[in-house]
Amino acid sequence: MKGIKVLLVDDEDELVSTLAERLLIRGIEADWATSAEGALIKMSSNRYDIALLDVKMPRISGIELKKKMEEKNPDMKFIFMTGHGSEADFYAGTAEAGSEYYLVKPVNIEDLISKMKDVITFKRGQK
Amino acid sequence: MTSRKKITSPPEDPSISKRAGSRYLFNYRRIWWVAVLLMGSVALLPLIIITVIDYKYTQHAIESEFLLRTTRIVSNNRRSISFFLTERKSALDYIVHANSYESLSSDDHLATILVDLQKSFGGGFVDLGLIDSTGRQRVYEGPYNLKGKDYSDQEWYTQVIDNGIHISDVFLGFRQVPHIIIAIKKDTSNGSFFIIRAAIGIEPFENLLSNLELGGKGDAFMINHEGILQTSSKYYGKVLGKLPFDVPKYSAMSQVYERVAVGGKKIVIGYRFIDQSPFILMVVKDKNELMKPWFRTRLELILFLFLSITIISSVILGTATYMVKKMKIADERRLLTFHQVEYANKMASIGRLAASVAHEINNPLAIINEKAGLIKDLFVIKQEYADDGKLMGLVDSIIRSVKRTGAITKRLLTFARNLQASIEPIHLKEAIQEVLGFMGKEAELRAIQIALEIAEDIPVFNSDRGKLQQIFLNIVNNAFAALSDGGSLNISARLENDKNVSVTFTDNGCGITKEDLNRIFEPFYSTKTGQGGTGLGLSITYNLIQEIGGRINVESEIDKGTSFTISIPIHMEKEI
Repeated sequence: MKGIKVLLVDDEDELVSTLAERLLIRGIEADWATSAEGALIKMSSNRYDIALLDVKMPRISGIELKKKMEEKNPDMKFIFMTGHGSEADFYAGTAEAGSEYYLVKPVNIEDLISKMKDVITFKRGQK
Repeated sequence: MTSRKKITSPPEDPSISKRAGSRYLFNYRRIWWVAVLLMGSVALLPLIIITVIDYKYTQHAIESEFLLRTTRIVSNNRRSISFFLTERKSALDYIVHANSYESLSSDDHLATILVDLQKSFGGGFVDLGLIDSTGRQRVYEGPYNLKGKDYSDQEWYTQVIDNGIHISDVFLGFRQVPHIIIAIKKDTSNGSFFIIRAAIGIEPFENLLSNLELGGKGDAFMINHEGILQTSSKYYGKVLGKLPFDVPKYSAMSQVYERVAVGGKKIVIGYRFIDQSPFILMVVKDKNELMKPWFRTRLELILFLFLSITIISSVILGTATYMVKKMKIADERRLLTFHQVEYANKMASIGRLAASVAHEINNPLAIINEKAGLIKDLFVIKQEYADDGKLMGLVDSIIRSVKRTGAITKRLLTFARNLQASIEPIHLKEAIQEVLGFMGKEAELRAIQIALEIAEDIPVFNSDRGKLQQIFLNIVNNAFAALSDGGSLNISARLENDKNVSVTFTDNGCGITKEDLNRIFEPFYSTKTGQGGTGLGLSITYNLIQEIGGRINVESEIDKGTSFTISIPIHMEKEI
């Protein structure tokens, strides 16, 4: 996972900042933003491989944000977090977005890392 | 004793509601009574009145008719008897006027006259005698030897001297044979007189009267004014016997009256005093015999009335019961729908609340999770804390609690989402376990043993998950209410056939009484009234089961337990 750069987006700064710190401890370079706007600004100055997005955010939702980010960086991979519901719920809401990965809050850090590995492997495998 | 009941439709109360309170639109028992009484009186009263009138009228008509008939018989026979007597009287009258005392004094001549009389008038004349003014019989023709007999001291003799004619009562006389005598006096030109006297047997009367066609138990006979029978009667004694009832009072016309004879039987008596004779003609009939045609008519009338009342009453009762029941069912459906909507709304509100609470809790929970995780990460990095087992334990405990809270919120969310109808693949075991998850804490606190026994061959099938889980939850809830602490609940599921899965919930609780068992699926029927029961739980369960196309059976034994068996179709037949 060395050299991978992750962008965490959630309106709860306490959550994303802590999560970023924990990823850093594990040697994963993580950056965070508390809004879609902030995330897009961060994207213009940095290049990220993976984005972890909260589905439900004020103004711009995680699903919409994913589309905007894909426009800027088509290679980017996405993982969603949701405070709401289950697998079925998530698929219903994000089928259009084309993401296979999601996590339900509260997120287990080990689960998150293993999902990240999966997306990256998938990405590389595709290439 | 095991009570057993298979329910395919909500059991109806056969009598009209006893619980007709403010919840029902109408008091159905009263409506039923009013309808039955109104229809009954409108239909039955005229029928009864007209039948009673007809009864009285027919009875009166039949009575009048036979009284009239009796009068007619009496009148006709009075004429015959009168004629008989008058004829003989006239014959004797003619003889005394056509013959002189001298010519009658000849034995031969009198014998010729007797033979002529017997020839001309048939039966009747037995003998003929000529009596002179001293009362001595001068000449006698007849079967007895009465010549020279002195009648001067006899009553009839003085009467005939006074009245010129005498007709006697029936008597035996010297000859000991019942007969009457007719005697006629003739005054002679020399100022003296003589009497011709004929004895007449009573056979002609008896023949006349016994040949009368009187019908059932009719009797015709003659009596004299003292009530002594002048002819034999069939039922009231032989000739010269005493009539067993009073002599009727005099009337110039034929009369009919009723009286009760000895032995309590009712008789009808027709009588007529026969003029210029001591006789009264009597015709006696048994009233019951006479009324026989009436009894048949009466039976027909009563049968007709009874049959009509039965038919009309059953139609009225049937119609009233049917209509009122339909009304009540409609009202009950309306109420049930109303309560179902209320229930659905309540559940939807609970669902929304649960979802929002779960969601709101999930965010701070995620933060706690991450913070605790970070603390743990930091402890792992810094060697001085890494070996502090107590600190690590505390952090782990926080993380475990967060995980548990997460599981609860996830279940809440699942529950809320399931409240919306959606057909989805059901893993029966998981679905039941999920429901039991809600009851897990209570079961633990009350030491209730829950055994789950799901057959392996049950396939994943499509059904309405939300409804199914509500059904399970309601039944498990019910079982918990019936169980005492330390009881047990056994849940087993098996493939009933290729169309249905059956799930049985068996508890060893207090059981349900037979009376309650018939009504537990009725809306508002609660044995927990006053303990927070709405009486809707099982009726809603019942409706939910119907909605998924299933059936529910219940068996129960008091103090042994209750067993609910739900049969669920594994191929959805109808749209939900």
